[in-house]
Amino acid sequence: MPAGTLYRGREGMWSWVAHRVTGVLIFFFLFVHVLDTALVRVSPETYDETVAIYKTPVVNLMEYGLVAAVLFHALNGLRLVAVDFWSKGPRYQKQMLWTVMGIWGVLMIGAFYPILQHTLHSLSGS
Amino acid sequence: MSTETANAPSEGGGSTGTTRYSVDNPAPLMTPPRARTARTPKSTRTNFELYGWLFMRLSGIVLVVLVIGHLLIQLVLDGGVSKISFAFVAGRWASPFWQIWDLMMLWLAMLHGMNGMRTIINDYAERDGTRMWLKMLLYTATAFTVLLGTLVIFTFDPNIR
Repeated sequence: MPAGTLYRGREGMWSWVAHRVTGVLIFFFLFVHVLDTALVRVSPETYDETVAIYKTPVVNLMEYGLVAAVLFHALNGLRLVAVDFWSKGPRYQKQMLWTVMGIWGVLMIGAFYPILQHTLHSLSGS
Repeated sequence: MSTETANAPSEGGGSTGTTRYSVDNPAPLMTPPRARTARTPKSTRTNFELYGWLFMRLSGIVLVVLVIGHLLIQLVLDGGVSKISFAFVAGRWASPFWQIWDLMMLWLAMLHGMNGMRTIINDYAERDGTRMWLKMLLYTATAFTVLLGTLVIFTFDPNIR
């Protein structure tokens, strides 16, 4: 492991690790997403056939994972802005991380049914 | 200090109490840790990294609104992913508002992601050659994706068939 990749292992380090990991995941999805959207220039059928993949249960679950990654990256990113630009930011970074995790948890619970309803309905056969 | 070498007598001096360094016996010269040398790249003399740091924060704030709005419309509201189809895309891109929304999201997200990946490559790829090739690949893939996406938004034709 390259030098300097572990730093004390507290909230500050792990939120930094999670920010990197979610950022890379989102960036790779972005490539795929621009490519699949570009299929609207091929034909409506090609696009609809490809979007059908997004409606399968496994990929639908991955969309929930994508939303989890985006929400963490967004909320923790706002925390980073506060740490950098708010004079008391560094002092409250730990409390802000737990606030981020709290909001993230509430939003993930709220998003569970709306995002996965397609799969839940198809699995229950209605 | 007991790390004496032939050229560097200890600063403690001899038993006489006076320093042993003199014009004929100068103290060893040490390079300060961040001194600029002939090998320091010229490019580090700009504020590029400062602007990169600022861009990440400003684009990040805008992207929070753009991306969460996008996810809300595409994945949460109105049946989730079920409703997405060519017709749905055509309906949204009929409005210049959503075209500009998507265009801004594309450019900001790709540049934000590219700069993040650049930082990660600089952190973990230790060999000069590896770093250069990974960044070339990153910049090529980013330019291709941004241009393709922009072209798709501007040339979209709802009556393609």
